[in-house]
Amino acid sequence: MSMFTGIMTNTWIAGTLVAIVAGVVGLFVVIRRAAFAAHVLPLSAFPGAAAASLLGVNSLAGLVTFSGLGVLGITRLERWGRREVATALWLAASLGLGTLLLSMTGQYSQEVYSLLFGEVLGVSRGAMISIAVLSIVAVATVGVLFRPLLLDTVSPELCQAAGASSRRMELAFLGVLALSTAMVLPVVGALMVFSLMVGPASCARALTDEPHMAVLLSIALSLVTVWSAIALSYFSNWPVGFFVGALGALSYAAGRAYRRFVH
Amino acid sequence: MIGMHALLHVIFASGFLANRPVRAALAVGGGTAVVSAVVGVFTVMRGQSFAAHALGDVSSAGGSASYLLGVRPMVGFIGMGVLAAAGMEWADMQDARERDLATGVILGAGLALTALFLYLDTTSGSASGAAIAILFGSMFTLPATIVLPALAAGAVAVVTVGALYRPLLLSSLSAELAAAQGTRVRLVGLAHALALALAVSLSAMSVGAILSPALLIGPAATALRLVNRPGLAMALAALLGIAAVWGGILLAYDSYYWTPGHGWPVSFFIVSLIFLGYVVANVARSSRK
Repeated sequence: MSMFTGIMTNTWIAGTLVAIVAGVVGLFVVIRRAAFAAHVLPLSAFPGAAAASLLGVNSLAGLVTFSGLGVLGITRLERWGRREVATALWLAASLGLGTLLLSMTGQYSQEVYSLLFGEVLGVSRGAMISIAVLSIVAVATVGVLFRPLLLDTVSPELCQAAGASSRRMELAFLGVLALSTAMVLPVVGALMVFSLMVGPASCARALTDEPHMAVLLSIALSLVTVWSAIALSYFSNWPVGFFVGALGALSYAAGRAYRRFVH
Repeated sequence: MIGMHALLHVIFASGFLANRPVRAALAVGGGTAVVSAVVGVFTVMRGQSFAAHALGDVSSAGGSASYLLGVRPMVGFIGMGVLAAAGMEWADMQDARERDLATGVILGAGLALTALFLYLDTTSGSASGAAIAILFGSMFTLPATIVLPALAAGAVAVVTVGALYRPLLLSSLSAELAAAQGTRVRLVGLAHALALALAVSLSAMSVGAILSPALLIGPAATALRLVNRPGLAMALAALLGIAAVWGGILLAYDSYYWTPGHGWPVSFFIVSLIFLGYVVANVARSSRK
């Protein structure tokens, strides 16, 4: 079987969509310093897959619901104190719930492993359509909110003065993050979603200060990461999550080195 | 009297305290809760919840590597945890604004290694189900031989924090003030990071990577909402942590009788109790105002 035919076609298309969304949303994760949230939302979506299989509904619906719940939970808990404490506690609660739901569904450890670390061959035609729709929604939302989001990141006061409340911007940003998380998760795995978002985007951010250029660079690097990860995983049979994580760390290191020695 | 006895019998399902795995879980879980409470208070005050969580996951990568290399899991867990903590401290010194990002990238790299090692573990057939055991932990399957070394590693972490109590407190509240008073802020920070790594890898190994950050952050954050003095908060956090762990173990044991033949996971109960404690403390605090 060739790398580009049959069952692999869906993988390449899904991987490409996932990379574009991760590149766009990831840049905002980096400039808004939201790496922890980007790590926690996929894991808070993770019990959604188990809940969906218990209820017999579509697993993507479960993922979207639970990552949405994560946004609401973290913003609610945040009112009581430090943001990282809120995020950390939400993460713990989600994983605890995930353990319970998994023990009820009695899923095999292999399935849990692919949910956590990704499964490139698992993309069906039905899933393709929802991935395509979700990625259009996510990219379009970021497109519409691009200027206010950027403004809010640089100066919340200015953004407030321009009529967009910082709180609403944060909620909108987390909403987009949750949505893109749910679609990226089945392909690269809950634990690797944020590696894909943070690695290429941080490198793009180090290479240029111009926002539009940074978005394009971030998408390009993210595409290179996903495509190489799929190809390397295809030939070596090693998990795709390993390559995504390793390439993500490499891009971050490359960005830092550039800032340090060239810039 | 008979009513009391019947009630106790309902709470403590038969054979609870006579059960050897239960007793080991109570001992290691309780010890882990105390160590986590002491280290956790400063971790919350210094805003290092993300680092604590990341260290738990990265040290699990060491755990999965140790299955593969055939070394003792404890060496893998602690070695990887200490290495990652040193890396994070180093990145923090280079550029403090990038701490969040650097922590994330180290976490990502650690998880990538976990993915690879777990894959190699399962394909080499040496430890099937290692993924679940390492990530979700199961306190009821703790080997008796790790109890002592694990608790010893925890004691080192507690002693480190105890010895550095004053400089740590000062530099956690205001790094500038501490530096002006002659505290070597970076050295203190590094020592705390190493104590954190030790505490987290110990708890990741004994109670699993899920519970480890929950035990570290949850009780400490709850205690800091209720009392102001860090020393008092440590004691309160230790009590809360022990209550959550022992309560969770008890509920998990009892759950075998709710749904016949299939117990609920102990991690679920402990995390729920910790989460509930944090919510109750905050609701109580805001209604008092």
